Formats: sequence, structure tokens, C-alpha cells
Amino acid sequence: MITLDNVTKRYGGQAVVDDVSITFGAEGVTSLIGPNGAGKSTLFALVGRLIAPDAGRVAVDGMDVATTPSAQLAKVLAVLRQDNQVAARLTVQDLVEFGRFPHSRGRLTVVDRDHVERAIGYLDLDPYRQRFLDELSGGQRQRAFIAMVLAQDTEYVLLDEPLNNLDLRHMTEIMRLVRQMADDLGKRVVTVLHDINFAATWSDRIVAMRDGAVVADAAARDIMRPEVLAAVYDTSVDVREIDGRPVALYYG
Amino acid sequence: MLTDPAPQTAPRRTSAHLRERWAQPPVRLAVLGAAVLVLVVVYLFTDVPGSLLFALEIRSLAVAAMVVVATAVGVSTVVFHTITQNRILTPSIMGFDAFYRLISTVIVFLSGSASFLAFDALTLWLVQVAVMVAFSVLLFTWLFGGKRRSLHLMLLVGIVLGTFFRAVTEWMQRMLDPLDFQVLSDSLFASLTRPDELLLGLTAGLVALGCAAVVPLLRTLDVLTLGAPAAVGLGIEHRRVVMVLFTIVSVMVAASTALVGPILFFGLIVANLAYWYAGSFRHVWTLPSAVLLGMVCLLGGQLVLDRVLDFGGTLSAVIEFSGGLFFLYLVLRKGAR
Repeated sequence: MITLDNVTKRYGGQAVVDDVSITFGAEGVTSLIGPNGAGKSTLFALVGRLIAPDAGRVAVDGMDVATTPSAQLAKVLAVLRQDNQVAARLTVQDLVEFGRFPHSRGRLTVVDRDHVERAIGYLDLDPYRQRFLDELSGGQRQRAFIAMVLAQDTEYVLLDEPLNNLDLRHMTEIMRLVRQMADDLGKRVVTVLHDINFAATWSDRIVAMRDGAVVADAAARDIMRPEVLAAVYDTSVDVREIDGRPVALYYG
Repeated sequence: MLTDPAPQTAPRRTSAHLRERWAQPPVRLAVLGAAVLVLVVVYLFTDVPGSLLFALEIRSLAVAAMVVVATAVGVSTVVFHTITQNRILTPSIMGFDAFYRLISTVIVFLSGSASFLAFDALTLWLVQVAVMVAFSVLLFTWLFGGKRRSLHLMLLVGIVLGTFFRAVTEWMQRMLDPLDFQVLSDSLFASLTRPDELLLGLTAGLVALGCAAVVPLLRTLDVLTLGAPAAVGLGIEHRRVVMVLFTIVSVMVAASTALVGPILFFGLIVANLAYWYAGSFRHVWTLPSAVLLGMVCLLGGQLVLDRVLDFGGTLSAVIEFSGGLFFLYLVLRKGAR
């Protein structure tokens, strides 16, 4: 499990993550929701050891993120960031092979190649494997990055806003994949999502943040209540039941 | 469930085989290596006015200097580009050349030309290398160690630093006595063809050490092209690795600058040519390509100037001119990422 004990991160005196203690990363899909600036991405960056907390401790399976060698953590925890701009011209295959770096340090073994092939197959990237990343559509590129994370073969997979800039079809496609990864491959997936309907449809647990603190943490169905969502987003959200599923209406 | 159109793979049948061969990075590198060999032979053995042995002695020194400079500049620039995630800034553009002039000027200013001359070349070289390495490691970690900044800001910092160093240099030079000034200006011109043997050996040693340190990091460098966050996610101790690489870059640049003087845009040209030529983003291919392309530029340029145009001695000026144009082109075209 991923455990945060009284973790605080400040930027210029203001606490972006304020004394948060939480444990997540159970089997299945956990989604982090909350308004802009709630501290979701900062929380991810803390877990992904991109930034160090000002106070508190972050641990993955009991390993303190601050003291455990990065290479060791990379074998249990994979992080996909929001913006993945790559200056060099890489093919999809090159990118997915990078996912094996924690295991092989760049010298691919038979096992590594097998993982790469499976990841490429799993994300239906076979026709594009020799394409350069800048020749792909947004949805294809996102799949390529997810394939890299998958090839990393970690128990925990953190996806920071994987639906950014995707259209309806690709959003659904990615969320379905995320669900499959959890159900078929036993991944413990944690995502940051902005669309609460996507979060509710595909996650087992939803953690809601606001102003650097966790304000709600429950099963998806229990989060999808007007009073809870109103408190999280500070705006009125209507929730209707459609075909037995709660759907939030927030279009005005 | 995914119905994106499959990519088209229909190259023209004619010469498809040849093209496939040519797409292989090892083939490209081998062709480049052969070209360099040919140039070396032509440079060494043609157009000998007197004794062949004498010409060989002088010219092989010049070739050795070119090898050292091409290696130092090629490797350091490509590595610098990778860790700073851009393809335009180079160590020299960040004010390195101006700093080199400043150090030399300060030495003369503080001690007078008598001792500048009395300083044997070795001591002078050591002082210059040491100060430049210290300065650049500090500068790079300050600028690039923290959060990512925009390329334009970096360029601006480089220009401001360069201007500052130049201003101080000029101010000090005005206060020198004419004799000191002459001795100083003499030492500030980049010269490839007449290197000091001892210094050449030392520089070669340092550059070789730098290369030896880069080799085990080749695959790590490949991962660094993904950017710091992704590299950290893949288990790279980013801070430590980048510090090591910055130190290597600083040593290489400092050593070669102290040997032949500053060549501002040389690295920019060879690195970008290498990205275009190598046919792979992997550093196993881009690094040697950059070095060999550097050799081609230096040897080819020297040959054309000496033998074809009959000028002599102005190679660095030509490189600066074409490099400057190329730099402008890159900055304007790319919108500078």
C-alpha cells in the first residue's frame, strides 16, 4: 500500500498538501478528484519522488520514498505524468522498451522483450510500433505511454490525468483499459481524474481533495452525492440515477 | 475495438534495399568514419611543399588537436543538450567563451604580462581549466538543477552573463599597459593548427577520461531524453546523474577551450547535424556521429581554406560565421522549445 503520514508540502509558505495522512493503492482502481489546485498532482509528485515533502513521510509497501533507492522503487511503482513532451524522435517501440529500464538497465533480455511485446499487444499498438511519437494522434500517444508504464511491470500504477486532451471515444477507451489492467493484470491503479462521471463509472474508490486536504474518501457510489460534490467543488452539482448508475450533472 | 487506420508502409521498390541499409545507424556511422579517414589521409599526405616527414610531424599534431577538440565539443554538447532538454543552448553559448577571455585577462591584470609569460603554459592551462570547471558546475547546477525554466530565459541568462564578462574583460584590458595587452590578445586567438604538445597530451587525457566516464552512462542518457520526471519514474537518481554529467561536460569544454581557445557555435553545428544524421536518438550513435561530424567540419574546413581557397588560419572564423547563422535559424524556426 501507499502510505502518507502527516505529509505537508508548501510552495512559498502556502501549503499545497496540508498534513495529509492517507493509505491507498488497494487492488482495483482508486481515483483522486478535486478542483484545480486541490493538491492532487502535488500528492502524486510526492509519491512519485519528484518532489520531497516539507514534513511527513511517504512510503510504498513500507519503503520510505525518501531513502529507498530510486531503482528499487521503480520496480514496484510506475508513474505516468500529465505532460509527456519528448524532444527526441522516438518510436513507440523505443518508448515501451524504456519501461524495462528499471529491470534491465537498458540491456533487454528475453524476458524484457516478452514484457514489451505483451504491453504493445495489450494496448493494440502493434501497427504503430515503428511510428514516431510525433506522428501519433493524442489517443495513440497516450496508449503508447501507458504501454511503457505497463512494461515496467509494477504492482502500483499512478496515472496523472490520463484523459487530458482526449476526445470522448479515447477517454472511454483509456478508462476501459485502466479497468482491465486492474481486473485482468491485478494492477493497483491510482488515477487523477477531472471528470467525476468517469471516476464514478470506473473506480472502486474515490478520494476527494480540496485545499490540500482529503475531504472525502469512500466507495464511488458514496461520493456521488450532491452534498458531497458540492462541498468538494464548491459549486452545486446535481446527481441523477440513470440505468442504476449515479450521473453528475454539472453543465450549468 | 480500436479502429485507427493502419500506417502505410509502401516505400518505392527501387533502391528500397539500399535505403533500408542506409537507415541503419551502424552503416551511417561507418560511412562517416570512412569519410574522416579519407580526409585525414588527404590532409596528411597531399600538397607537401618540402620534406614529407616534417610535414607529417606538424600535420599529425594538428590532426590530433582536431580529434581532441571534436571529441570534447561533440560529446559535451550532445550530453548537455540531453540533460537540459533542448537542442539550441550549448555550454559555449551560455557565456563560456567570454568567461575564458575573462580568466586570461584577470591573470594578466593581476600579475602583469611578465609573469603571464613566465607562467609556463602548463600552469596557465591548469588554472584556466580549474577555474572554468568550478564556474560551470556552479552555473549549470544553479540554472538547471532546480525546476525547468524556459529556453528563452536561459538564452537571456547566457547573453547577460556573456555581456557582463565581456564588459569586465574590456575594462581590465583598458587598464593594461600596451605590452601586456599585446601578449594577452595574442593568447586569446583560437588556434587549431599549432597546439602545444604537452597541453595537447593533457587535454587528450582529460577528454579520454570524460569519454570513459560517459560510456557506462550511455543508456541512462537515452532515458534522460524522456525528461526528468519520466527518468525518475524509471528509477534514475536524476540529481546525482545530472551532477556527474555536468561535471564531465564542464571538464571537457574547459580542457578543449584552454587548449585551442573558444569556438562559440561549433558544438551547436555538430550536435544538430548528428541528430539529423545518426538515424537514432540513442547516444551510442549520436555521440560518435557528433564527434566524427566535428572531424569532418574541422578537417574539411581546414582543407578547403588551406588548399582550395588558399586563405589559412581563419577556420574558426568561418565556423563562427556559419554557426551563427545556423543558430539564428534554429532559434527562429523552432520557436525555441
